[in-house]
Amino acid sequence: MTDENTAAEASAEDAAADDDAAPIETRYDVPVTFSFGDEVLHPSREQLVATATAMKADGFVSILDLFGVDYLAHPGRAVAEGLVAERFELVVTLMNHDTATRTRLRVQVPESDPVVPTLFDVYPGTEAAERETWDMFGISFDGHPDMTRILMPDGWEGHPLRKDFGIGAVPVHFKGAPAAK
Amino acid sequence: MPDLPIVGNTDDILQYGIEGLEHNFLTAKLEDVVNWSRARSLWPASFGLACCAIEMMAAGTANYDLARFGMEVFRASPRQADLMIVAGRVSQKMAPVLRQVYDQMMEPKWVISMGVCASSGGMFNNYAIVQGVDQIVPVDVYAPGCPPGPETLIHAILTVHNKIETGELLQRREDGTAGIVVEQRDGQTDTQVVLQK
Amino acid sequence: MAIIDDPQLSSSDAVPGERVYRRDGSAILRISESDAINADALTEVTADGTMVVNMGPQHPSTHGVLRLILEMEGEQVRRSKPVIGYLHTGMEKTGEQLSYLQGPTNVTRMDYASPLFSELAFSLTVEKLLGIEAPPRAQWIRMLLTELNRMSSHLLFQATNGMDMGAVSMMLFGWREREQVLRVFEKISGLRMNHNYIRPGGVAADLPDGWREDINEILDAIEPRLDEYDQLLTGQPIWRNRLQGVGTVSADECLALGVTGPLLRSTGYAWDLRRDIPYLNYEQVEFDVLVGGFGDCFDRYAIRLNEIRESIRIVRQCIDMMPPGDYRIQDKKVTPPPRGRIDESMEALIHHFKIFTEGFKVPEGEAYAAVESPRGELGCYIVSDGSAHPYRMHIRAPSFSNLQVMPHMLQDSLIADAVAIISTVDPIMGEVDR
Repeated sequence: MTDENTAAEASAEDAAADDDAAPIETRYDVPVTFSFGDEVLHPSREQLVATATAMKADGFVSILDLFGVDYLAHPGRAVAEGLVAERFELVVTLMNHDTATRTRLRVQVPESDPVVPTLFDVYPGTEAAERETWDMFGISFDGHPDMTRILMPDGWEGHPLRKDFGIGAVPVHFKGAPAAK
Repeated sequence: MPDLPIVGNTDDILQYGIEGLEHNFLTAKLEDVVNWSRARSLWPASFGLACCAIEMMAAGTANYDLARFGMEVFRASPRQADLMIVAGRVSQKMAPVLRQVYDQMMEPKWVISMGVCASSGGMFNNYAIVQGVDQIVPVDVYAPGCPPGPETLIHAILTVHNKIETGELLQRREDGTAGIVVEQRDGQTDTQVVLQK
Repeated sequence: MAIIDDPQLSSSDAVPGERVYRRDGSAILRISESDAINADALTEVTADGTMVVNMGPQHPSTHGVLRLILEMEGEQVRRSKPVIGYLHTGMEKTGEQLSYLQGPTNVTRMDYASPLFSELAFSLTVEKLLGIEAPPRAQWIRMLLTELNRMSSHLLFQATNGMDMGAVSMMLFGWREREQVLRVFEKISGLRMNHNYIRPGGVAADLPDGWREDINEILDAIEPRLDEYDQLLTGQPIWRNRLQGVGTVSADECLALGVTGPLLRSTGYAWDLRRDIPYLNYEQVEFDVLVGGFGDCFDRYAIRLNEIRESIRIVRQCIDMMPPGDYRIQDKKVTPPPRGRIDESMEALIHHFKIFTEGFKVPEGEAYAAVESPRGELGCYIVSDGSAHPYRMHIRAPSFSNLQVMPHMLQDSLIADAVAIISTVDPIMGEVDR
């Protein structure tokens, strides 16, 4: 047991040494990066509601926006250290009126299990935005009061803003034009 | 305006005033009179969808004034309307609604497709927009523009009036050929800033 | 950013604005559309005395294609559900197909009553990603035109609001003023609406000769007419009875729902991006931020009317302070060459060709920029992947969030009040549905 403890301590010290070498900056216990003057937090799906609640208590009174991004066709993007880049990302924008700053939360959502806990109880203003994200990306929200399509008709199949959903363009016909060769 | 022969001696009017009219009646073909009155009092059903609806409202207000054609009353109920001006882009969700409103209108009815989105899908050639409202309802006049200014819309309306008066409409429907495409006539009025006192 | 300490606005609930957090007993009628079509309540009054009535999407007063499912008890609305999507155009998907130079043509058609704001938000985001800044004259021109656009949008609101309340003459007056502003737009940008004038890097063309005289002429004409509208409407008993006390919300409810713009300011909460997170040159001009005291429809009407006066003030300052200089950045990577040079120089021709067909490439990254549109915070989020097309373009539309407060405003109001409420929320369905 002592050996195991020593081994564990030794690896913890190594890890601490690594941390000292390159500390991961955190806000509200989640990693943070900076993008063109805005702070971007990277909570995991499990941390999302807790982070939002903590931020709301801290003055982030206004929920500006909630939407998804599909990184299927992206050449490769950098996410915060220690995180795995998944196919979908959920982006939530919050605004603090006292400090006049906007902060984004970017949550990685895997393709195999596109479910995220709902933010409705923290910010009711996410109700319509979460429905739109479900409609356009297929990311569903656990605990949402009304998880139905909002922009496309009720029976629509597919999620239009996904990268593997085509644009749906039709070839253009010109009335009265001579038949093409 | 159809040629209405006036029966009576016009010299009498000059000499004796209205009492000088010997025969105070006019004759014309019934069809012509009906067409003339239909054209002069064509009530549009309000079907403003997007940006074109704003220009349609502009055509109805004092600067461009549809009231001089008897058309400023946009009927809320399609049962009371003759003309449907589809003003704006028609999405997948809206298409059945459009057809339902068109079906509720009484015959005879006419359709103006206002703007490029209604005529052909416009700049939005994608999954969400019906590529031309003529996929859903038969169109009589297409007004191009994004959005067409009130002058172009009035030009399209006058073209419909012409169609009604000459009875061309019935021929078109039997033939199954497409509606008339009018040219864009925006900016015809002087774009000097005019101070309206 | 003080919330006015007013008993009508701050609630004594344990959680401020508690009613918007409710799942049961909420003002929102959470049924799916297919259920709404098949519900028995559509054809008869149910056991609890309610009946479901459908309003829209084709309706003279719904300000575009908004459908409201109302659960009525007699003449009063108990719960409601705004159904949107009737104008969904797939603009965010289209934005991924177009180049960055074509982007403004797409976003300008989202909020079609104030198109220049959408173009501005998009251009600011692209400029952030590119790391460039528009030259000073371009920024002042942008400010001048967006404030004129705010005037034309609020005049449109006055006109349609008046018509919805029955003051049909207000419709004609509002459009009379709006036409004058649109003529100035036509002279400057070439189009009355959907201008595609504000582009990444600056603006599309310089102001034409005589622009100072033209704009001064219309400002001098419009300003006294606003006093006429005050005379016609503001003190009038019928107008007051229809709008005062109707559709009241509190600041906490608005903030929880993400509401911004005149809707939020009517509750007494003074938040205006032009003052609090200034963009362009708003620090250099003087203007007031208007707030209401009661959070009702009358406040929203009055705020928008007076914002026209503030915009006139800002436009006059822009006219005085307009600097000479370039109207777009002289960065060859972003800006096409002047049209005259194309005839002379092969290089200019190739450069023009590349920018207009292939487009300019934007380095990888993600950015968000927002402006204060007549409806609230209008933001644009772009993810770029290093190519000439945005990888993901999302517009934060203020009307989309503002609509969420409507069921709470409609609760226990009459149908006639529903018309007043929809009208003063002033949604533009193009940006709600995108």
